[in-house]
Amino acid sequence: MVKEQANWSPYDNNGGSCVAIAGADYCVIAADTRMSTGYNILTRDYSKICQLADKCVMASSGFQADVNALKKNLYAKHLIYQHQHNKQMSCPAMAQLLSNTLYYKRFFPYYSFNVLGGLDSEGKGCVFTYDAVGSYERVGYSSQGSGSTLIMPFLDNQLKSPSPLLLPAQDAVTPLSEVEAVELVKTVFASAAERDIFTGDKLEIVVLGASGIRREYMDLRKD
Amino acid sequence: MKLDTSGFESFSTQIEPLDGIVGDFSAAPAFELPNSTDFDGFQKEAIQMVKPAKGTTTLAFIFKEGVMVAADSRASMGGYISSQSVKKIIEINPYMLGTMAGGAADCQFWHRNLGVKCRLHELANKRRISVTGASKLLANILYSYRGMGLSVGTMIAGWDETGPGLYYVDSEGGRLKGTRFSVGSGSPYAYGVLDSGYRFDMSIEEAAELARRSIYHATFRDGASGGVASVYYVGPNGWKKLTGDDVGELHYHYNPVTPNTVEQEMAEAPGV
Repeated sequence: MVKEQANWSPYDNNGGSCVAIAGADYCVIAADTRMSTGYNILTRDYSKICQLADKCVMASSGFQADVNALKKNLYAKHLIYQHQHNKQMSCPAMAQLLSNTLYYKRFFPYYSFNVLGGLDSEGKGCVFTYDAVGSYERVGYSSQGSGSTLIMPFLDNQLKSPSPLLLPAQDAVTPLSEVEAVELVKTVFASAAERDIFTGDKLEIVVLGASGIRREYMDLRKD
Repeated sequence: MKLDTSGFESFSTQIEPLDGIVGDFSAAPAFELPNSTDFDGFQKEAIQMVKPAKGTTTLAFIFKEGVMVAADSRASMGGYISSQSVKKIIEINPYMLGTMAGGAADCQFWHRNLGVKCRLHELANKRRISVTGASKLLANILYSYRGMGLSVGTMIAGWDETGPGLYYVDSEGGRLKGTRFSVGSGSPYAYGVLDSGYRFDMSIEEAAELARRSIYHATFRDGASGGVASVYYVGPNGWKKLTGDDVGELHYHYNPVTPNTVEQEMAEAPGV
């Protein structure tokens, strides 16, 4: 008597890569705009980045239907917070909220690999990186998605900063300027698009600074 | 056994709905379970997809002056190192620590939840919770989720009215009181160094050095352990982080490289 196997999976992987880099007073969040399923490209113009609060931007790769549900959930919780506290959520607070929201679905996870970027309450850049069920960590830079195994080693090489666990503590923020960080992101995605089939088409870059939010686009390989 | 979802009770003030529209987010959400015919198989697949961070070395031991807790900081997903700076020693409250081994999200979430429960106990009973009590709270929650795929191998270390306390709690529902524990893929290596160097009447410096060495040796031999070796001490006034050293640098600290003399190098070059 053979055990019945499910012939339908509720999950799919729409591919793509995301990167975030934290600076002294800025944060760069970037993601490609290709959405695929299997070997097919569904669209070349899909934004994986969403602004959750004034100083908080999330980029997610994985299953975009789950990402959209997660986004809706976070927007709603943020709205309630704003009604109750009469202010926007700070990035570290949103980071904890995202972690809990992901863990509430521990037994039926959101197939979403997230990277949260923004400015903390002191105005310094912060990046939080997550796994699919909500374990998170504040870091100086991070990448998630199909190209992350290609991108991370390069970022480690260029940006590796002392671990926050060292004692005496050393700052985990990149010594790069905003312009250098954006150039680095462009380089990194151009390389990832060369060797990852799910990354390409266009790169969307969002820069959060003290003066506000700025968006930039760059073309990537379309093959 | 009924699922203990008290961990998910919302403690925020409930806003009374004016006209009957229910604010779903103020009610405590229970864990959503998938409508699948094969819950077990689905969980196995979900876990594979999620691939919780496994592979670690954590240890804790009681000695004359209190409790020493140490851990590495590597998180691996299969063969990929997803992070070298994971905080595996979780500060539940100023006098209690928990260690993380197994699923990172599981450990982070339930330790935070335990911190909340401990604080509520303090407020309700006007005294701190004991290490025995805290570990029992955690063990009971984990037992109620037994078989559902949580992966938690933790040690609760603290100082309460009865002195230093150390318990091992895992997601199978096990809870053990003891004086020396090591958990994770690197634990056999850590035990080797820890057991041979342990004495009850060590000073704090000696104990910290023993803990640090044990983690270093485990990271040396176990591929799934690495990063930064953190050592914490729990005493009558609470916990204090003592050291945090990169294990790569520790290697050369314990095995210094003696440079070759110039004459030797010249002698190796073949004459023309």
